[in-house]
Amino acid sequence: MSTLTLRAKRRRSALRTAAFMSPWLIGFSVFFAYPLISTVYFSFMKYDGFGVPVFRGLDNWNYVFNDYPMFWPALRNTLWLVVVMVTLRVAFGLGIGLLITKIKTGTGVFRTLFYLPYLAPPVAATLAFVFLLNPGTGPVNSVLGDLGLPTPGWFTDAAWSKPALTMLALWGVGDLMVIFMAALLDVPKEQYEAAELDGASAWHRFRFVTLPNISPIVMFAVVTGVIQTMQYYTQPLVAGKVASGIIGGSGQQFEPGYPDKSTLTLPQLVYNLGFQRFDYGSACVVALVLFALSMVFTAFLMRRRGGLIQAGD
Amino acid sequence: MPRMPRKAVFAAASIALLTTACTGQSDTGATDDPNASTTITFWHGWSAPAEVKAIQANIDRFEKEHPNIKVKVVGNINDDKLNQALRAGGSSGPDVVSSFTTSNIGKFCSSGAFADLKPFIEKSKLDLDKIIPKPMLEYTQFEGKRCAMPLLGDAYGLYYNKDAFKKAGIKAPPKTWSEFTEVAKKLTKSKGDSYEQLGFMPNYHGYETVVDHYMSQWDHAYFDKDGKSSIAEDPAFAEMFTYQKKLVDSLGGFQKLEKYRNTFGDEWGAKHPFQTGQVAMQLDGEWRLGMAKDAGVKFDIGTAPMPVADDEVDEYGKGFLSGTVMGVAPQSKKQNAAWELVKYMTTDTAAVVSFANAIHNVPSTFAALKSPDLTVDPGFKTFLDIAQNPHSNTPPASVNGSTYQTTLQDFGYQYESGKAKDLKAGLKKTADQIDRDIEQAK
Repeated sequence: MSTLTLRAKRRRSALRTAAFMSPWLIGFSVFFAYPLISTVYFSFMKYDGFGVPVFRGLDNWNYVFNDYPMFWPALRNTLWLVVVMVTLRVAFGLGIGLLITKIKTGTGVFRTLFYLPYLAPPVAATLAFVFLLNPGTGPVNSVLGDLGLPTPGWFTDAAWSKPALTMLALWGVGDLMVIFMAALLDVPKEQYEAAELDGASAWHRFRFVTLPNISPIVMFAVVTGVIQTMQYYTQPLVAGKVASGIIGGSGQQFEPGYPDKSTLTLPQLVYNLGFQRFDYGSACVVALVLFALSMVFTAFLMRRRGGLIQAGD
Repeated sequence: MPRMPRKAVFAAASIALLTTACTGQSDTGATDDPNASTTITFWHGWSAPAEVKAIQANIDRFEKEHPNIKVKVVGNINDDKLNQALRAGGSSGPDVVSSFTTSNIGKFCSSGAFADLKPFIEKSKLDLDKIIPKPMLEYTQFEGKRCAMPLLGDAYGLYYNKDAFKKAGIKAPPKTWSEFTEVAKKLTKSKGDSYEQLGFMPNYHGYETVVDHYMSQWDHAYFDKDGKSSIAEDPAFAEMFTYQKKLVDSLGGFQKLEKYRNTFGDEWGAKHPFQTGQVAMQLDGEWRLGMAKDAGVKFDIGTAPMPVADDEVDEYGKGFLSGTVMGVAPQSKKQNAAWELVKYMTTDTAAVVSFANAIHNVPSTFAALKSPDLTVDPGFKTFLDIAQNPHSNTPPASVNGSTYQTTLQDFGYQYESGKAKDLKAGLKKTADQIDRDIEQAK
């Protein structure tokens, strides 16, 4: 009898736990597990979004990797942006954060000035940059020309389109600046004082005091930056579309990537394959590639994080 | 035979149920009474106040003529929203649907996303060949399956600056591409490493000067009888690419033209290069006339069909056509009532004329094109004639939308810029890619 009571108590306890967890469990199942399982399922199917899915084995995978002309350029661009844009954004955000924590007056003004661009809607910000960097009529090239400096083609030149997108990302670095400022202000002052007494230079204080203390925040910035860049869609699409001049006239659809596929990113391919070509199976393949890449980058960075903290310690 | 564990069976069944739940099922049966009182929902893509007003005026007339049918109109619907609704089905979805993306008709028809209209057309005893121009009939069906009707259209032709023509001593718009080159050169005035005035912007990024718009002026076929890409075999494609490249070179070269192109204003704004006088000729749709007048251009505007290949002068007058397509949602339980609205909007002369007058598009029926009620000024008449020309054309529908056009366009960018030098090999490679993409989509 006492065993039964204990069992009933345990069952009740388990049910209570499940009930408390149910919001998360439902959310996880509906918004993560089901879409993920569906994506894997559809990657092996021919599915145009209207009819019944038909099994087609590895055909979609073969098509994306071997025959879809936009996959490899998009992958290269995405990796370029992950390496260059994320690195520069973290470095720039940290640099601005350091500067603002050091200055004595006008901190609030500078903090607001650097944070405001982050609040600009991505489409509006991109349109403004395409206008500013217009090689023919933009003010940036006018100034560069007046100074006798080279005038790049920016969003109209395949060699300059990704640097131009990086500049746009750096302009909106306010989110990282705020996070880094909070982390920098949290570093114990005693450690700096001790380091100064030991004769540490400014660089050594940064390297051996600041960096180890804020390394979890740096890691957070890098990991979220990598994931955001993997999902980078709006800015390259709008920039390419506007700079190309072809917005998609009557009866036509726009193919992304102008100029010369240099602004193609993997999320754009998901849209192109799924919603423009009606090939949901191949779109799911690209989505899974994105998922795998995000996992690999995150795992790699998390392993490196241990090394960073140890070195700092 | 080993038994599957119960949990595995349950999991598999759940996944199958979940996944099939996301795939809309087609139902083409129309059992509703067209005389019964009902309310149908019409989704369209227009959003400008004047356009929405024009749609509503047509709907009001329809409701007056069909007192038993009320129409709930929902505007500003793009293809993404439309496809989502057609996939999901459900009672709150549309009964009548429309799309600006003519090139998606292959998918709409082949997948059953739009209902087959054949039974309705037969029941209404409509002889479409006598009602609608042939190219418009072409872009509303796919492989013999008619799933849409044309709701007005766009016709493309040549706009030219009459004042610039006069100054250059040019008496008439060019009729062949050879004449066109000479006229474009005469109209071009260089200024340093740029232009004071460019005769014509030939680059494929010059707004409407895309590959398929050029190709419409050559006698051509994108696909052979087996459905394979014929761009490498049909000499018209090589001729067009060669001509365009020569035109680019003769007007200053790709780099110089691109640099100049970057000074152009927005295609849909007042600073369009034709309107500002930066270019003297422009390939464009019938809407440019109204836009240019609204922008207050200071010169006289001439319109004409685009030139044709030198050995195809007898086909002068043709042009590129496209337009809005309108159909019935397959999941609709009120398909007979929905068809009444489609039929009215696309074939009733008064309805087509009033809508065309209101939004300055080309009417999509012979009767409306010839109607005395159609507001026509001399410049607009050019586009009405292009729409009725039997040689006017549009790229054929494909199962993967406009993918084959954008693939060819991509090659065009490579060739005009000089990155691709071997035209024959490039067209062959592009044809192979088109075939592979279509094979993947089938």
